[in-house]
Amino acid sequence: MKLKSAGWLLIALASVVFVGCASTGDDSGAAIEDRSGADTTGASAGSAWSGSELEDPNSPLYTKIIYFDFDQSTIRSDFIEVLRAHAAYLISNRSATLMIEGHADERGSREYNIGLGERRANAIRSFLEAEGVPGTQITTISYGEERPAAFGNDEPSWSENRRGVLVYGG
Amino acid sequence: MYRFLVSLLLIGLSLNAKASSLTIEITQGAEGALPIAVVPFAWRGGGATPPHEVGEIVAADLGRSGRFKPLPTDEMLTQPSRGDEVDFRDWRALNVDNLVIGDVKPNGPGGYLVQFYLYDVFRGEQLTGYSIPTTARDLRATAHHIADIIYEALTGQPGAFATRIAYVTSIRGATGQPEQVALRIADADGYGPQTIVSSKEPIMSPAWSPDGRRIAYVSFENARPSIWVQEVFTGKRERLTSYQGINGAPAWSPDGRYLAMTLSKDGNPDIFVMDVTRRSLRPLTRHRAIDTEPAWSPDGRSLVFTSDRGGGPQIYKVPVNGGKASRVTFEGGYNARASYSPDGRLMGMVTRVDGAYRIATLDPRSRDLRVLSTGRLDESPSFAPNGSMLIYATRVGGKGVLAAVSTDGRVQQRLRLQEGDVREPVWSPYLQNQRSR
Repeated sequence: MKLKSAGWLLIALASVVFVGCASTGDDSGAAIEDRSGADTTGASAGSAWSGSELEDPNSPLYTKIIYFDFDQSTIRSDFIEVLRAHAAYLISNRSATLMIEGHADERGSREYNIGLGERRANAIRSFLEAEGVPGTQITTISYGEERPAAFGNDEPSWSENRRGVLVYGG
Repeated sequence: MYRFLVSLLLIGLSLNAKASSLTIEITQGAEGALPIAVVPFAWRGGGATPPHEVGEIVAADLGRSGRFKPLPTDEMLTQPSRGDEVDFRDWRALNVDNLVIGDVKPNGPGGYLVQFYLYDVFRGEQLTGYSIPTTARDLRATAHHIADIIYEALTGQPGAFATRIAYVTSIRGATGQPEQVALRIADADGYGPQTIVSSKEPIMSPAWSPDGRRIAYVSFENARPSIWVQEVFTGKRERLTSYQGINGAPAWSPDGRYLAMTLSKDGNPDIFVMDVTRRSLRPLTRHRAIDTEPAWSPDGRSLVFTSDRGGGPQIYKVPVNGGKASRVTFEGGYNARASYSPDGRLMGMVTRVDGAYRIATLDPRSRDLRVLSTGRLDESPSFAPNGSMLIYATRVGGKGVLAAVSTDGRVQQRLRLQEGDVREPVWSPYLQNQRSR
């Protein structure tokens, strides 16, 4: 058997590995993506959180898109601080719920990309749970390559599309 | 040989017909295509002529296959429509091997009788001839059946012209507006596309039931993926699964009793088999990797699927009752979305070559992998029911379009839709009651 690549994907799946791979330092992940059906601001009356922290551009909580490297589902080092902030937020706001959307770029087959998107969403979930967030606060969904954020057929678009999106509910 | 040609093709598609049509162009024809003349069919009635010209549809079908080169009608010296009008010397002079003539007669209220004859020009012999009752509504289907009969008489393989394709279209909304996704069905020549379901959420992975009467697909309506089964002719549909996580990649067993599918309800994507009537579910694979995209062998005894258990995605095979999966693909770092040719001899799949994703066939016995397409983002290959061609999705100028390639790689076609992206084409099986012997 010519097993060309090592089982790094399996390793990534088995545990969330914090690879200190620097490289792709350019992260423009500070934008909030307003998606239809994604309720990112709606704080229900009487809930413990107001939503303001999540909307503060100076807060790490403002970042709600977590980018991934090609064919990878490991959390990049440049997103660890952001995810720790989200974990702390969820722990101190037990009525807040988080939907994690997993996405993939358009290359390769669609259903396999659904699997990749789920692996990315689960990597974020595992990170948050390891930080102490109860699993009951988190749900995940994979859109694979079906909901691209950028529509080009090249690496700049692909790198924007390999992402997890954090969508808060109240 | 005697055939009934009773067509249910267009009956009861009580659905939105206002979809933009597909046009098909041959981007690469086969060398050595057989020269054939299909004379326009004569109309032997009074009053209005039939809504479609049968000879034109037959000629277009044969030409599109790449196996035939129809003679343009303006190059014909005569246009006979009866046997006694044929002078073979005229056709020998034009170097055509075969000649098709025919006519259409009124046949009761709203009915037609279509007759045609196929000749061997050099021997001066009739090879076959049929008389087929039809209606205005089924006239195109009848023309496709005639093309099927001619194709089979001359190539020895059944034709696949009287079939349909299902595909997903997407029209991106303006900024802030949702995308419009639709699952559509058109005749195999692109004619008459109809939307059978539409949504603002993704629709994926359409799969025809073996009798062509139902389509399974994945829809993200209500913000979660579910597998639905919809009756093609009535539009009636039912949600089959809506488990936590992935509900994807439905694939009908050859007998239509089971659907293989991908579910991640137990934590990661595995293949399950559902008894469609009883709704009972059994796991087929259980592995920490992504297992997805199941496809049945034509004998129903095993399935192939995509798994990255060895690192990158590769094709594996597993017996229908479960057991150890064995690896099928060994060439290249990315092989996915496999499906068997109807005779089971080949598998179509997506393979990565120098960073480009292309359509390939694999002969699992010789392990010979043949790359057939030339794009960079080709995906979703689906065999024609006669195994002659694979239809697939590609990108041209940033737009999703459909293309088809013959399994020998010699003929390439492109199918264009006027608006939006097109993807995930699936070729129907032979449609029931259209092809009984």
